[in-house]
Amino acid sequence: MDYNWDWGVFFRSTGIGEEIYLDWFVAGLGWTVAVALAGWIVALLLGSLLGVLRTLPNRWLSGLATLYVDLFRNVPLLVQLFLWYFLVPDLLPEPLELWFKQDLSPATSAYLSVVVCLGLFTAARVCEQVRTGIQALPRGQTAAALALGLRTGQVYRQVLLPQAFRIIIPPLTSEFLNIFKNSSVASLIGLMELLAQTKQTAEFSAHLFEAFTLATLIYFTLNMSLMLFMRWVEKKVAVPGLLAAGGK
Amino acid sequence: MRIATRLLSSAIVLALSSGAAFAAEELTGTLKKIKESGTITLGHRDASIPFSYLGTDSRQPIGYSHDLQLKVVEALKQQLGLPELKVRYTLVTSQSRIPLVQNGTVDLECGSTTNNVERQQQVAFSVGIFEVGTRLLTKKTSGVQDFPDLKGKNVVTTAGTTSERLLRSMNAEKQLDMNIIAAKDHGESFLMLESGRAVAFMMDDALLYGEMAKAKKPDDWAVVGAPQSFEIYGCMLRKGDPAFKKTVDDALVATYRSGEINAIYDKWFLQPIPPKDLNLHFPMSDELKKLIAVPTDKSTEEL
Repeated sequence: MDYNWDWGVFFRSTGIGEEIYLDWFVAGLGWTVAVALAGWIVALLLGSLLGVLRTLPNRWLSGLATLYVDLFRNVPLLVQLFLWYFLVPDLLPEPLELWFKQDLSPATSAYLSVVVCLGLFTAARVCEQVRTGIQALPRGQTAAALALGLRTGQVYRQVLLPQAFRIIIPPLTSEFLNIFKNSSVASLIGLMELLAQTKQTAEFSAHLFEAFTLATLIYFTLNMSLMLFMRWVEKKVAVPGLLAAGGK
Repeated sequence: MRIATRLLSSAIVLALSSGAAFAAEELTGTLKKIKESGTITLGHRDASIPFSYLGTDSRQPIGYSHDLQLKVVEALKQQLGLPELKVRYTLVTSQSRIPLVQNGTVDLECGSTTNNVERQQQVAFSVGIFEVGTRLLTKKTSGVQDFPDLKGKNVVTTAGTTSERLLRSMNAEKQLDMNIIAAKDHGESFLMLESGRAVAFMMDDALLYGEMAKAKKPDDWAVVGAPQSFEIYGCMLRKGDPAFKKTVDDALVATYRSGEINAIYDKWFLQPIPPKDLNLHFPMSDELKKLIAVPTDKSTEEL
């Protein structure tokens, strides 16, 4: 295959102002991190709440959480994104719709849509992990805590959740990495995150392979560091002698 | 040393070719591949209306560029003595088209690919098949007449196109302070415009007419503004294959000379086209007339 390799392309001018292609990658990485972190906060908070709901004795509440999980886990992420970005704003009251579409900068409205989308999608997955974490604990603990006179809220806050979260750190790490990778869907609604900048560099410079190689390396390094960070967190919060925390 | 080797090898080639001259013409590169396999693979797009797109049959591309591509196939049948030459179609996207031509999956891609210097480092271009100007599509009531009216407004364009580069440069140089939305394809760009997220859509004029024809109410829209650049579309083929390039160029130029190009143009730009039987009403520009009269494989930057 007669491809014209040129690794120097990243330091070449983009033809717009003073920018070089590498600047685009840096800007893209910034958006990727901003999308993923904000989405993760939404996912962790909502997912934990739903996970708790699923384990409650109240059928209506647990049913509601189950319905949420079924809905958000079974619709493709990309479809969800298009719904949040193209359909939902049209359903808002007129002044709100106009504010979202015209007063907000396009990058902000795309950012909000993708954060909501990724947050709600990942929340369904976090929910399932929190639920399994809670259910992995011996039932006797709940019974004992209730017998001691703790209220349901206290049982969760002080007995179940601190243990459940420690147990689920490894699968939660996968979700955390997934949200960084899934954030690339934002490129399809015009948010200039890492993948969008990569495609743009490939189009403008006609050096597709170099651009995608760099993007691969960036995603890999980013996810690898996050994984190491999460391992460190897991060790740090491990309680000696408690279940299999820390894998020891 | 190098020169000596080159001389020697060209001498050998000369000797061989003159020896084989009355047997058969020595074929190389893509021509040889086509002759041996009896097949040519053409690249096409799915939604570059009216250049190369899927109409009612999802396996059969149609369009202006596609018709020109078929002229090349006709010429190949003649030249290679292969009346049964099989044509295979491969769908390409704006990201995949260059690597697929380079790695041999696609032999010839005629769609809506702008010939520019960056791409010339990777692939060769045929003589130009179309020339567009980059302009604006906007609602007739929007009050936008030309580019300066876009100051401080939301403008959409398709990601990775020259229009995107021009818009960003305009922002940097003329402080127009526009919010630029880069949508993933032309259909989505138009959706951004139609749903009120942007006041104008900047793109190649022919494609804007294509989008306008698809709109719910085509009469609400207008193409405005002075063209910010002109671009020549070409067919892409592998670099360093002068024999195949000559066949492609000759076939295209013959179509221009014979006047058949006018019928093809008429069919796609001035008549109703599939799938919705819409008429683009896009008369031939002076730039395209010039390109047809004086075909060139240069990009507009080089002219």
